[in-house]
Amino acid sequence: MLDKAMLEMLLEGIRDTLYMTLLSTFFGYIIGLPLGIVLTLTDKDGIAPNKIIYRILDIIINITRSIPFLILLILLIPLTKLIVGKSYGATATIVPLTFAAAPLIGRMVESSLKEVNQGVIEAAISMGARKRMIIFKVLIGEARTSLLVGVTIVLGTVLGYSAMAGVVGGGGLGDIAIRYGYYRYNTKIMLITLIFIVVIVQLMQGLGMLAAKRLDHRR
Amino acid sequence: METAYIEVQKLSKTYSAKNGTVEALKEISLSIPQNEIFGIIGLSGAGKSTLVRCLNLLEKPDSGTVIINGEDLLTLSKEQLRIRRQKIGMIFQHFNLLEQQTVLENVCFPLEIRGIPVKQRKEKALQLLKQVGLEDKAKAYPSQLSGGQKQRVAIARVLANDPDILLCDEATSALDPETTKIILNLLKEIHDTMGITIVIITHEMKVIQEICTQMAVLHKGSLQECGSAEEILKNPKSKAAKRLLMIKETEEETDYVG
Ligand SMILES: Nc1ncnc2c1ncn2[C@@H]1O[C@H](COP(=O)(O)OP(=O)(O)OP(=O)(O)O)[C@@H](O)[C@H]1O
Ligand SMILES: [Mg+2]
Repeated sequence: MLDKAMLEMLLEGIRDTLYMTLLSTFFGYIIGLPLGIVLTLTDKDGIAPNKIIYRILDIIINITRSIPFLILLILLIPLTKLIVGKSYGATATIVPLTFAAAPLIGRMVESSLKEVNQGVIEAAISMGARKRMIIFKVLIGEARTSLLVGVTIVLGTVLGYSAMAGVVGGGGLGDIAIRYGYYRYNTKIMLITLIFIVVIVQLMQGLGMLAAKRLDHRR
Repeated sequence: METAYIEVQKLSKTYSAKNGTVEALKEISLSIPQNEIFGIIGLSGAGKSTLVRCLNLLEKPDSGTVIINGEDLLTLSKEQLRIRRQKIGMIFQHFNLLEQQTVLENVCFPLEIRGIPVKQRKEKALQLLKQVGLEDKAKAYPSQLSGGQKQRVAIARVLANDPDILLCDEATSALDPETTKIILNLLKEIHDTMGITIVIITHEMKVIQEICTQMAVLHKGSLQECGSAEEILKNPKSKAAKRLLMIKETEEETDYVG
């Protein structure tokens, strides 16, 4: 059905897609997690309210979140070239993917942390806990299920974006689907890559939910 | 020694809401002697929670002072206040346990905050769980416990720092009468054996009757009367106290009929 070259290409596509998705999500969290924490702390009901910081971050996130990914990708080409040395291929795509993921992650983390019962935070304050302890033990510790669900949603979204990057030669399964399906009308290859994308998303979703459930002791 | 342990002077707190302002506390002055079980009673919205939350500055009063053992809390630096709070325990109506941590880890938490080594933490936590009769639940999660058991975990947790003051905001309001009695007895036992000054916030006279030695009556942010619990229960002077006592009697009657 598939010749060897085709199969190799698909495997490479899967590898590239996973590589882009996982690394971008990882880098996205390096920026987005602190962002979400700062948003939670500085909001008016947070433990270190600061209107100015909150508003600034809030606006930056809203702006970056409203830029469509393809446009962000083009806008960031100079930066991508600066960091990676070229503007196409899987590694280069990680740069715009990270920048697309970070504000999304910031919001997801913020909303997860804000679900934590205010009473528990107050109890920790009444025990004389430092902010660091409240952040890690109370906020992140208590919100961990919700945070993990957030990770799976982000992974799915980033994978979708990575496929979009195929339009400009971003590498990975999306690239293959577009090259063969769109430019060469090879529907079979396109469908196969699509199936792979769906399976990967499903697997990540399933694993993430399972982990989240395992870690939840609330019932 | 008759000096007050907790001395509250002219404490005021106003909240601004969308539809105007609420004077939650109006110049409250109050002395709570060492080693008493001091009850603060009032109807819903009287300002009880606001008052007790001012005692460890979870809530910042607009004016007035809070002096504990001669120390004016409002003059402390953030860091000093943080350390001082470790000796002012607080338990809550809804327990406020860490839901994702075991009972043992919950009791260890205040010790972790103080940087006590893991081994000592566990030893002390287990001993405290024994004291509240829950040593067999050490590995359970709060969601697996009843309300009364959760409150006992919260009490074990609060004792971990050897507090000199214990603040209880409606600690029994989410519990049935029988469990309420168990928790109140536990508090009394703690008071008798460890000599902790206990402040109990409640809207139920029977809680005051059960364990309080002194009491204050709060109504719409003002202090109505204050003194020996026995005296006030027998011979209430303020309208608010009379009303609260009457509520209790009608409740008892309906209990009897029902
Ligand atoms: N954070 C807040 N913002 C605005 N108003 C508040 C706030 N906290 C309390 N209040 C108001 O202050 C008043 C006193 O509230 P408080 O919670 O101290 O009453 P309480 O005696 O503890 O009542 P309850 O028995 O219902 O717990 C109420 O009118 C309440 O609406
Ligand atoms: Mg209250």
